[in-house]
Amino acid sequence: MVLLLAGCDGPLSTLAPAGPAAGDIALLWWGMLIGSAAITLLVGVLLALSFGPPRVRPARYWTHGWGLGFSLVVLTTVLVAGLWVGERILPRDDGAVEVRAHAYQWGWRFAQPDAEGGMVETDDTLYIPAGRPVDVIVTAEDVIHAFWVPQLAGKVDAIPGRRNLLRIEADRPGTHEGLCAEFCGLGHAAMRFELVAYDADAPPDALADAPPAEEFADD
Amino acid sequence: MTDATIGAAAGTGAAAGEIAANAPQRALGLHRELDRAWANAPGWRGQITAVSHTTLGLRFMATALVFFAIGGILAMLIRAQLATPEGAFLDTEIYNQIFTMHGSIMMFLFAIPMLEGLAIYMLPKILGTRDLAFPRLTALGYWCYLFGGLILIFALLGGVAPHDGWFMYTPLSGANYSPGVNADVWLLGVTFVEISALAAAVEITVTILRQRAPGMKLTEMPLFAWYMLGTSVMMLVGFPPLILASVLLEIERAFGWPFFEVARGGDPLLWQHLFWLFGHPEVYIIFLPAAGALSTIIPVMCRTTILGYGAIVAAIVALVFLSFGLWVHHMFTVGIPHMALAFFSAASVLVAVPTAVQVFAWIGTMWKGRPEMHLPMYHVMGFFLTFVMGGLTGVMLAIVPFNWQAHDTHFVVAHLHYVLIGGFVFPMMAAAAYWMPQITGRARIKGLGETAFWTILIGFHGTFFLMHLTGLMGMPRRIDVYPDNPEWIWLNLTSSLFGFVMTIGFALFALDLVLQAWLGPRSPRDPWRAPGLDWAMRLPPPSYNFASLPGPGRLDGGAQAAQGLARGEGLLPGAPRGRREVLVTGVGSARPEFVAILPGNTALPLGLAGAIGVFVLMMLSGLYWLTLPALALVAALIWVWARGMARGRDAAPVEVAPGLTLPVHTHRQDTLGRTGAVCLLLADGTLFAALLFGVGFLSVVALGWPPPELTGDPELGAGLIAGLVAGLGLGVVAVRLGLRAQGRGGAVLPAAAGLLANLVALACLGWLAAAVLDDPTRHARDALRGVLTGYVGLHALIAAGMAAFALDQARRGEIVGARAGCLPAWRLWQDFAAVTALIAGAILLAQGAGG
Repeated sequence: MVLLLAGCDGPLSTLAPAGPAAGDIALLWWGMLIGSAAITLLVGVLLALSFGPPRVRPARYWTHGWGLGFSLVVLTTVLVAGLWVGERILPRDDGAVEVRAHAYQWGWRFAQPDAEGGMVETDDTLYIPAGRPVDVIVTAEDVIHAFWVPQLAGKVDAIPGRRNLLRIEADRPGTHEGLCAEFCGLGHAAMRFELVAYDADAPPDALADAPPAEEFADD
Repeated sequence: MTDATIGAAAGTGAAAGEIAANAPQRALGLHRELDRAWANAPGWRGQITAVSHTTLGLRFMATALVFFAIGGILAMLIRAQLATPEGAFLDTEIYNQIFTMHGSIMMFLFAIPMLEGLAIYMLPKILGTRDLAFPRLTALGYWCYLFGGLILIFALLGGVAPHDGWFMYTPLSGANYSPGVNADVWLLGVTFVEISALAAAVEITVTILRQRAPGMKLTEMPLFAWYMLGTSVMMLVGFPPLILASVLLEIERAFGWPFFEVARGGDPLLWQHLFWLFGHPEVYIIFLPAAGALSTIIPVMCRTTILGYGAIVAAIVALVFLSFGLWVHHMFTVGIPHMALAFFSAASVLVAVPTAVQVFAWIGTMWKGRPEMHLPMYHVMGFFLTFVMGGLTGVMLAIVPFNWQAHDTHFVVAHLHYVLIGGFVFPMMAAAAYWMPQITGRARIKGLGETAFWTILIGFHGTFFLMHLTGLMGMPRRIDVYPDNPEWIWLNLTSSLFGFVMTIGFALFALDLVLQAWLGPRSPRDPWRAPGLDWAMRLPPPSYNFASLPGPGRLDGGAQAAQGLARGEGLLPGAPRGRREVLVTGVGSARPEFVAILPGNTALPLGLAGAIGVFVLMMLSGLYWLTLPALALVAALIWVWARGMARGRDAAPVEVAPGLTLPVHTHRQDTLGRTGAVCLLLADGTLFAALLFGVGFLSVVALGWPPPELTGDPELGAGLIAGLVAGLGLGVVAVRLGLRAQGRGGAVLPAAAGLLANLVALACLGWLAAAVLDDPTRHARDALRGVLTGYVGLHALIAAGMAAFALDQARRGEIVGARAGCLPAWRLWQDFAAVTALIAGAILLAQGAGG
């Protein structure tokens, strides 16, 4: 088990969460995995039992009991759990830090507040304060891309003409990797970026040195 | 006696069980007589003129297997590239073409044609008839499939294959970011292939509804037919949105009309909605026929009957409806509000319920019976294991927050292969093992099939089980290198190694099929002691399936019914009139209604498909003016095609059994052709509805609206739109006058009036396009106005063509007495054209007739 979990580690692993959203989703995953394993086993046992002598059960036992009853109970449980997690991790109006991620073929331009609160621009590295909720406004220059930092949260598409919002948060200072998840042409595989979560009391020098952010194309 | 009274008399005299048996004849004599009417022509000519469902069904399946092999080779190239993190095996451009083609081939050139081939081959045999409703259409579908597929394959060989992923998201697939011919190959090639899907859907629907053996009620027909009915209806409704999307994108790429381009009022999400509106039902279109095979095979392998027939039928109907309500689950990350996503999440989860009902009904069937582990049953077990896991990961992906993590990763790649190989390929292999003796008349070579099964099973799970983890560890789809992620190496290497094991398994499977067909010993007539009509014939099946057609009392004897039928004791024995005759029965009751004469061998389908192919190639080459002669050729061939069905003389009623005499279809208005036309209009109506969805979606959602002012003269515009609708409306009146005058042969004048009315409508439309409508390249609103006008224009043009055909028929004296000629079909079309023109005209007026 330990070995297995160690095998799940990695800078892009959703199973090594480093933020509340990714943590909730990972928990949801482990729950669903256990349930799925149990159901697969159950079907296997039912199939194995069919090789015994013929046993007559009324059709409704199978179609209504198992087919409708059992599946509806399981599915409702999963659905409610999913809704609950989904609502928990949504962006809300709580004074979160706002940053911007603009995707293009093939790279990322970010805008984030520096120590004084002015927006500064960086290429391929996004800086956010650790331990605080951050809303990323995701936009695209040319084709559809997707913003994804697996250890922190799910992904959201960057679509020309649209401003999508994603709530991320890093538990602790550290570096996380991010990538473009939506196929965007020849440079797709290399369209990576870094996310630096810094101690809010000690913003990194890179932010102080960064130029002020210009307005993006769709403003 | 008028035809109506013949029909009524037949109806009352033919209640189930009351049909007397014909006197037995010598089976060999009947066989010779039938074979003369039904067999393909000899030699190579027979290959290009064949319209037989047996020949074409097999050809569809064989061609699909070839494409499966090509797609499989592409898959191996992908796995070879990904086996190491910095694979230098393929460059990125080629890699992108290969994964795009792998997906496109497996979906459009393997899965769909394979299920079509199975249905085309099996359905008439299972339903107890001699061929599908429209044999020439079967052949046309095959040639369109082959030519469209070849265009894609040649593009791949030429290095200009599509490279934007199999769902071709805009704007990446638009002219700015994919300037070459690559994307056009996909749009035009796949749409060409889709003609065969629509053709198959129409005739499968009509055959199931109207050609079941007398006494085989809709509520009692074999489950395979129910599954195929669900599938074909889904195809009729599911494919039009994709066809519309492809046409719009091709118009945007070729002529610059914006639909998906943000700057000019389009929206890339319109493509995604239309694509997945097709793309999700597509999954069930593929799964349902496979499930139909399982529902046929499992009870036979367990020496029992299926459990829960009614519940399974209800589950099929539920799947058909539900599957159109969950396309958005492919779009959970595009930025739709969470509560709206929750609705689609619930619908996606709910679709698992009817699937579960079927799975448990099959398990219950196994409990009830005594499962015997023959080769088909191995593949059924492979199905259960694989598909249950794929279904469960499907439920996971339907859960919105988890989807946000897993979307576009290898987790999805693993899931979709579990569903498609579990839910389609394993059942198809079970079907192959089960029906190969029926198809070839030969038993298999022992041992090879089991080896192939185990190799495929181990290879498959070895490839894809760990791939779930690869995805959860962050590996996105569609990347060719991963130099910075050593943690993915062992996972990918394992997948690649087992991928090659799976390939070996499929090669063994193919070898098994070839050896069985070539060297297998003779199969007994009923190797599985199955009850279906598909076994109530000589093996391999003769060209006409049944020397006499099964009726009440002969529907579930399996091979035991074969002898009586071969001796002509059933209905409509032999081919004494030298024609291809089948029985047409009532939709629900399956009472015999009339005899339909089917067309014989002809190369016309090949010619028509060739003409369409020329049109596609001219579009691909950018020689847009040369598409016009190609279209004229298409129209001329369709005219010839329709002439082939025209009858200049009355046909005598046919005695199909002692005391049961039925009219021939030319004397009826409710022909197979009319049912087929209704199916086609269902698809056409869906296309129109999808277009209206596009108008609404862009008007409400897209940025860049409101559009620039209209510049045309509003009064002229309103007048022309009114003239257009009025012209088509007068056509509606004219065709009805024609039907009223049909009895005395007076349809000439109404047909001429109808032609004139449609030409007036076309003139108004041409004037509207030339003088009032704004430049369609200016803004999406103007482009949509252009498309709406074009849609109405195409329908008016076809209506004019049908009026002209009716005029020609009336002048030849083919519309007289009970013979309505093309009038019923024209009436349907004219009504449809008028109604859609009214709606389109109202939209144009609502947007403003002019500036």
